[in-house]
Amino acid sequence: MSEDSNDILNEITNKDYEYGFVTDIHTEFIPKGLNEDIVRLISQKKNEPEWMLDFRLNAYRHWLTMQMPDWAYLDIPPIDYQDIIYYAAPKTKKGPKDISEVDPELLRTFDKLGIPLHEQKLLSGMAVDAVMDSVSVKTTFKETLAEKGIVFCSFSEAVQDHPDLVKKYMGSVVDYKDNFFAALNSAVFSDGSFVYIPKGVRCPMELSTYFRINALNTGQFERTLIIAEEDSYVSYLEGCTAPMRDENQLHAAIVEIVVLDRAEVKYSTVQNWYPGDKEGKGGIYNFVTKRALCKGEASKVFWTQVETGSAITWKYPSCVLVGDNSIGEFYSVAVTNNFQQADTGTKMIHIGKNTKSRIVSKGISAGKSQNSYRGLVKITSNADNARNHSQCDSLLLSDTCGAHTFPYMDIHNDTGIVEHEATTSKISENQIFYCNQRGIPTEDAIGLIVNGYAKEVLNKLPMEFAVEAQKLLQISLEGSVG
Amino acid sequence: MKQYIDFFKTQRKQIDASCSSLVNSYRDEAFASFEETGFPIFKSEEYQHTNIAELLDTDFGFYLNYKGESIDPHKLFHCNIPNLSSSPHFIINGHFYKEKNNRNLPDKVFSGSLNTFAEEYPDIFSKYYNKLAEEKGNGLTALNTMFVQDGYVLYVPKNIIIDHPIQLTNIFNGKIDALINRRILIIIEAGSQAKILICDHSTEKEPLYAATQITEIFVEENAVLDFYELEESSKRTIRLADNFVQQSTSSNVMINNITLNNGVTRNNYYIDLDGEFAETYLYGMAIVDDTQKIDNHSVIFHNVPNCQSNELFKYVLDEQSLGVFSGKIIVAENAQKTQAYQNNKNLLGSKECKMYSKPQLIINADDVKCSHGMTTGQLDESALFYMRSRGIPKEEAILLLKYAFTDDVIQGIRLDTLKERLKMLIEKRFRGELIRCQECI
Repeated sequence: MSEDSNDILNEITNKDYEYGFVTDIHTEFIPKGLNEDIVRLISQKKNEPEWMLDFRLNAYRHWLTMQMPDWAYLDIPPIDYQDIIYYAAPKTKKGPKDISEVDPELLRTFDKLGIPLHEQKLLSGMAVDAVMDSVSVKTTFKETLAEKGIVFCSFSEAVQDHPDLVKKYMGSVVDYKDNFFAALNSAVFSDGSFVYIPKGVRCPMELSTYFRINALNTGQFERTLIIAEEDSYVSYLEGCTAPMRDENQLHAAIVEIVVLDRAEVKYSTVQNWYPGDKEGKGGIYNFVTKRALCKGEASKVFWTQVETGSAITWKYPSCVLVGDNSIGEFYSVAVTNNFQQADTGTKMIHIGKNTKSRIVSKGISAGKSQNSYRGLVKITSNADNARNHSQCDSLLLSDTCGAHTFPYMDIHNDTGIVEHEATTSKISENQIFYCNQRGIPTEDAIGLIVNGYAKEVLNKLPMEFAVEAQKLLQISLEGSVG
Repeated sequence: MKQYIDFFKTQRKQIDASCSSLVNSYRDEAFASFEETGFPIFKSEEYQHTNIAELLDTDFGFYLNYKGESIDPHKLFHCNIPNLSSSPHFIINGHFYKEKNNRNLPDKVFSGSLNTFAEEYPDIFSKYYNKLAEEKGNGLTALNTMFVQDGYVLYVPKNIIIDHPIQLTNIFNGKIDALINRRILIIIEAGSQAKILICDHSTEKEPLYAATQITEIFVEENAVLDFYELEESSKRTIRLADNFVQQSTSSNVMINNITLNNGVTRNNYYIDLDGEFAETYLYGMAIVDDTQKIDNHSVIFHNVPNCQSNELFKYVLDEQSLGVFSGKIIVAENAQKTQAYQNNKNLLGSKECKMYSKPQLIINADDVKCSHGMTTGQLDESALFYMRSRGIPKEEAILLLKYAFTDDVIQGIRLDTLKERLKMLIEKRFRGELIRCQECI
């Protein structure tokens, strides 16, 4: 690559994190550390029923028997789980009844993040369940959704108002025994979102939640449960920005999606937790378990993710295709810069007949970062005529970064067709030269190529999100480019 | 594992008896390392589907201090690939068979027993023997070093081109369950060229034969090596092979491993590209059915810039067979202008067979062209239909398509006689006519 474009790449990749700020609002803490009393305290603070406490305690006891996984291509500094505050809630007197009661500082934070909670939002037709340090503050559009029978509320509300649904589905996709972080989350999860779409209902708007880690040294343990009944449809958006911090913060979330007959769920994420500074100091550890269960016949799940943030990402949104003719798709752009590390990908487990899956993963690494794709495609012996196609490309923007691919394909049925392809390369001088000679400056050319490279995934995002995703790509990599 | 430790401790004298003292001098260190690490752990990342400890948990006999002179390999066994080589060699139960008149190679070339080589060329032996196996090996390679009795060495000094291929045949022959630990060392010095074909055969059906084989290959500047392996053993055979290759500047190595008949096979390949402009071609092909298992594992290290590697593995699986492919390409930080291509294609013929594929890339340099691909599926129905609509019977059409599927691995062979011969063998294998080693037509 020419000097010129190297300079530009440097400039781009050296750009600072724009969304770092700390909101100074009153926060209610519980003591540091983790033991059964803490688990009981969290449950008590949330006024939870007995069965929920039992679930947490079982998870906690199981967690104690587990070891932190070390198979990922990540260099994770030791985490002291006793040095983390497992619950922090913004102090509210009674719970705000309207917008004027919400802490103005908090509202300003949301404004900076671009989530106007009031009129603008109404006009743009979006429902936002804003989660700030674990407790849902304000939910809009609840009434509109309620008319259709759709439940969109915080997880703790769901535990109180819809215990049967929560009882039936919580842990049915991601068992608390599933992995180390799932067990941890099941024990201490603070809040999250709950979505229930009744039979035959097409959710009229995109459901959106902004998660945000705020208080110092607070682990964020979100839990999301989405249930799509027969013939229903929902598109769910999750976006993250986090303030600048020096100390590492742990984020271990669980997302469970249950999709019944002919239902369709789109789950889109833009993840931009604080990635740490240029020396690799600080940043969020993002260890997430996301899984969708295509339980019903001809059910569909689409995961789309744009991962630009976090110091360490460990995340594999998966699809378990149980229903015959069900479909799972996964689209991902993962950008790593400076000292970021990402080990992300998906799992497609084909169990039902005629199931289909598609994986498109685009990795972009810059600086001294390490970016890995890790994916599993499994065709069980009952999954006749299963079909999978995976494509995992990597783009390298510096000679000090790494791009790795670890696909696993387990095929136990001869009628299945599984294809995997991957390429790794850098932006070639030819491509830049071609653009240059047509009058496109190098700066724009790189932007063009990076955007074009990620287009296949960005196109899958809902309109509201695509713009933000592009912005984030620019912040992470492009700066003035693009 | 304990049986091997005890056996080593108590039978040390017997183990050492017929071997060169140089070969024996490596055993203690290997023993220490084996005691410490043990066998590779089943389900660990590199051994997810092959349980070494379980495979070797049989009361195997060892052929120690073995004098196989009474056996004439020419009578015992007729090769499926005759007249390929003017210099045939045999290893019977891990011991090199000394031919009386077998001197068709250039004078300076050494082609013979490991023990003889250690005696005659102690300096060269010490320079190369166990160097790579110790560095990159595991408990299993240590076990081999502990018990190795003999093996084969090909040493080609500078600027010698051996036109004819050398053929080495490993023969299992015996009535008892046996574990054989053999060793192959190939040193091709600068500017030299050689071709070698190694075949695995077993003469008896019943006993369980297990073999550990370590092959260390050193290919120096501008040298060229073709290394072909053909496994045609029996269903009661366990083959655990480790191949270590070190390539210098502008060297060219082609490895082609073909598994036609086997029991359980695990082949490891560790290829170090240590000199610029080195090229390596790693091909593998396996036809397995019944309860056969094939597990090929490869790691190609691109340590310096401007090297090229091509990897292609193709499996045809049927019945309850199991296929595993795991390949890793590791591009070091400064290894710019690397070109690495990795491909794995598999054909499944039954509901019970299983395929596990894991093609991996670890890339730490930016100016590289690396790709990998994997496909697993069944025969294309439209292709079958096309052939049948033109009057080709279904069975024949399936055979043709399977045969064509394996062809690009065969096309990689740089030896016409071997290529033709293999084509015939593969066809026979698909027709079920190649049940076990048989006499040539």
